[in-house]
Amino acid sequence: MITEAEIDSRYQRLDREARQGGYNLNPDIAFTRNLVRGLLVNEQRYGYMACPCRIASGKKEEDLDIICPCDYRDPDLNDYGACYCALYVSGDVVAGKSTAGPIPERRPSRAERKEARLKGAREALGTLAYPVWRCRVCGYLCAMNNPPLVCPICKAKQDRFERFL
Amino acid sequence: MKLEHVPGTNRGTVVLYALSTCGWCGKTKDLLKEMGVEHSYVYVDLLPEKELEEALREVERFNPQGSFPTLVIDNRKVIVGFREKEIRETLG
Ligand code: SF4
Repeated sequence: MITEAEIDSRYQRLDREARQGGYNLNPDIAFTRNLVRGLLVNEQRYGYMACPCRIASGKKEEDLDIICPCDYRDPDLNDYGACYCALYVSGDVVAGKSTAGPIPERRPSRAERKEARLKGAREALGTLAYPVWRCRVCGYLCAMNNPPLVCPICKAKQDRFERFL
Repeated sequence: MKLEHVPGTNRGTVVLYALSTCGWCGKTKDLLKEMGVEHSYVYVDLLPEKELEEALREVERFNPQGSFPTLVIDNRKVIVGFREKEIRETLG
């Protein structure tokens, strides 16, 4: 069971982190708190904050793209003014100039994801002096043998980086 | 797979595939209730493993993206996402 106090404290943390990074939580407090509850439920269930509006597999390596904030948040904010769940919204939505509604699912289907995993595994490594790593959450790039433990820009964990070059 | 049945006006066989944690799923469920439409729903994330896989395949058959909420009417018409206007027009 998730308590109201737990929702409060996670809500406040997410709100603070969002503001620090120039993001906004949805100002519809009841809706947003319900999503925060979903994130906490998933954290208990899977051990990580899987997106509340998508079905997680429970295998972390297959769910990395939907650990909140997911890989799709920024492109969806850009194109639709809200993330898929509408937990995060654009400044226009906060200002009441537009509203957050349901948007198309950007995450590839299960079949497409499986195909992409197989393809990724087949791809050979390049010939650069260092590999270039890309943070899938914020796009930060770095050329090092390994990605940083924590993204210096958005604080996403190391496992959210993908090989870029 | 056990579906929860909600009584109301019969507008055909209305089945809602939802997640218990999802905001738009909750809004869709509330809308059906408010409209008083007879329907069944299932929280796919709460199903035991085998039934969950079965339910996912069912959803993917109607909606290849496998996203939620997926609303299926008479095994034919499919509404993906909380499309309030479309739901009202189809079932109103
Ligand atoms: S869609 Fe929104 S709530 Fe869901 S994981 Fe992405 S950022 Fe988080």
